[in-house]
Amino acid sequence: MAHDYETSKKTAVRIITILAIITIAEVTFTLLGKGYIFESVEFWPPIIALVMIIMSIVKAYFIVYEFMHMKYEVPALAKTVLLPTLLLLWAIAAFLFEGKYWNVRHDEVKQKMEAAPIQSTTETGMIYDLNQE
Amino acid sequence: MAVDTLNDQKLIEDWDGGTSPFKSSYGKLMMWYFLLSDAFTFAGFLIAYGALRMSSPNWPVPDFVFSAFPGGFHHKPLLFVTLMTFILLASSFTMVRAVQEGHQENKKGVAFWMLLTVIGGLAFLGSQAWEWTTMIGKEHVSYHTNPFGSHVEYGTYLAGDGHDIKKGDTFVPGDSYLIHKHDGEWQKLPYEVTEGEDIGQVKELQFGPRAFGALFFFITGFHGFHVFSGVVFLLIILLNVISGVYVERKNGYEMVEKIGLYWHFVDLVWVFVFLVFYLI
Repeated sequence: MAHDYETSKKTAVRIITILAIITIAEVTFTLLGKGYIFESVEFWPPIIALVMIIMSIVKAYFIVYEFMHMKYEVPALAKTVLLPTLLLLWAIAAFLFEGKYWNVRHDEVKQKMEAAPIQSTTETGMIYDLNQE
Repeated sequence: MAVDTLNDQKLIEDWDGGTSPFKSSYGKLMMWYFLLSDAFTFAGFLIAYGALRMSSPNWPVPDFVFSAFPGGFHHKPLLFVTLMTFILLASSFTMVRAVQEGHQENKKGVAFWMLLTVIGGLAFLGSQAWEWTTMIGKEHVSYHTNPFGSHVEYGTYLAGDGHDIKKGDTFVPGDSYLIHKHDGEWQKLPYEVTEGEDIGQVKELQFGPRAFGALFFFITGFHGFHVFSGVVFLLIILLNVISGVYVERKNGYEMVEKIGLYWHFVDLVWVFVFLVFYLI
């Protein structure tokens, strides 16, 4: 490795401390944002989600780059492993939009069934019953 | 193609065979690519969770669902899963130390830190077993029934359930509830709507989105299975370390590095399971 034993021991302690602090910050922030700590304080949910995602990515960076030693690998190796994960960005965006569309559609089906109850319930029933036992 | 620059020549030399262009052994490289593919598998599951959550008009609130703690403590939101996160983080640290001792060719050190890692892994699995037991045994969540719901309208309860809900309690949209089961009967409490279109109507509590249980058990179960496999591999490699197999080999403690990569990956996946299931 590029660094000696004593330094790497210190680095490991430093990184685990950072990870622990971020985890505590995450939990505190989400509980604070949802009004568990002070009843009067609440944050807009997308803000909580955004902060949580950023903190998780920072944790992921420390785990991959320090613990898994990606920092000390040849850059080309790091690229072959890390760049493909960027494809996931599209998958996340596409499927979340798709999910939102199902949600909207769910209400549409409900409205149509109320407007025209004569239609078969078994076929559309699957969608209609999604949230019921 | 003409080779013009010094860079191109070096590139060809590097990839001409006989050397390792990535300066990494075959085994470690393949471990990286396995982990990449595994990351896509987990991402697929977590994205499915996100899509189904978006598709539902309401979703169980995580800090309400995950608020049990051993020893009879109630309403400690996220405390137990935070503890589980710390256990896994700690075992990741001991794994780092094992790999460092491996570079020092210190057999005893490797064995000691690997043993601690195994204990950390087992502690995590035990915690997960407790979490599942509580959810299945006490709260009666299953892969097809989800008694955790959240309200979509304003109302007042017309009956209590003998736990947290009392007759006359009011609620607002977004408030969570748990339908208890007594003697095999679901206690679907009646309530009166106090605002909106259906004002004055009497309704009873409905189950939450049914996909929740299946997603929770499948995704945390798949992660738990990774931890379990990791513990098995750690034990095998630990035995090899103690028996001195790696002292004989020329590549030192590289197996410890490889299992280390896998173990950190399991920790990495937990960061995102923790994010998706518990924090958001």
